[in-house]
Amino acid sequence: MTGTLNVVGYGLAAIGPGLAVGMIFAAYINGVARQPEARNVLQPIAFLGFAMAEALALFGLVLAFVL
Amino acid sequence: MRAFFALSATGEEFVPPSSKDFFLPPIFGDNPFTTKPIFLVFLSVILVSAFFIASSRKASIVPSKLQFAGEMVYGFVRKDLGQEILGHDFMRFMPYLFTLFTFILTNNWFGIIPFLQFPTMSRISFAYVLGIITFGVFHYVGIRKQGIFKYIKEIMFMPGVPKPVYILLTPIELATFFIVRPLTLSLRLFANMFAGHLLLLIFILGGEHLMQGAIGLKLVAPIAFAFGIGLTFFEFLVQCLQAYIFTLLTALYIAGALADEH
Repeated sequence: MTGTLNVVGYGLAAIGPGLAVGMIFAAYINGVARQPEARNVLQPIAFLGFAMAEALALFGLVLAFVL
Repeated sequence: MRAFFALSATGEEFVPPSSKDFFLPPIFGDNPFTTKPIFLVFLSVILVSAFFIASSRKASIVPSKLQFAGEMVYGFVRKDLGQEILGHDFMRFMPYLFTLFTFILTNNWFGIIPFLQFPTMSRISFAYVLGIITFGVFHYVGIRKQGIFKYIKEIMFMPGVPKPVYILLTPIELATFFIVRPLTLSLRLFANMFAGHLLLLIFILGGEHLMQGAIGLKLVAPIAFAFGIGLTFFEFLVQCLQAYIFTLLTALYIAGALADEH
């Protein structure tokens, strides 16, 4: 069996952004459930936060392939 | 028991699909500009234009089925991605947003359309180009709106923050606007298409390899194929979602550049 440890490292590194994305959308869903009319205000904020959190996972992916 | 699950009779080893499978050979001779992804890009342009010309050519008040389908796509982009995020000034950006959405969506769908079966965006250069265009558009819009110095100043010195915080905040904001945003925009699209295609390859090629094995493995192979089919539908979902997210983030970045303070 061959492979590279980078991938294992990336798997570990992806835990953080994974949790973060989950928490962001949990908060978004909570907010919309409590106040449905706030949806339009919350949606851009949720997606910008999601993009920021996922950026970390994507950098990890790049490093896993490049290094 | 071992013979029951023995691998293929010829004893050839299973070669798992890797990133090498994405480097397709040129179709015509040695010309590196005639690979499959390039033809797929042209095909997508032709398909998208043909569909929307056909659906809007004989536009009438009582829409035909084709016109209805075309207007539904346009209405979705216009309402959910344009109007709600960009506000009253959204019509200026509709051509770009709509082109982006339909182009990415079609190219992503090529990943699961039989016989084509290669998502163009799983080659990173195509995703980079889209990211660079969006990068250019939202900075251009911001500079036109506020003037270059005020625009850069607003990025570097976010108002309403205590002065010492700028030591940390300014580098982060600069990196966010000029490196992280275009890079993650293209990487997100690329990574999703790449991983999805690889996943499908593993299940289908693995299933095919199991079929060559002993009787025990032949019985398991249909499960691998079933997973392959199930994941194809999952991929369809991801492909739509990625086209949506790319366009949504583009709209959000443009809206951010247009806003008076970030």
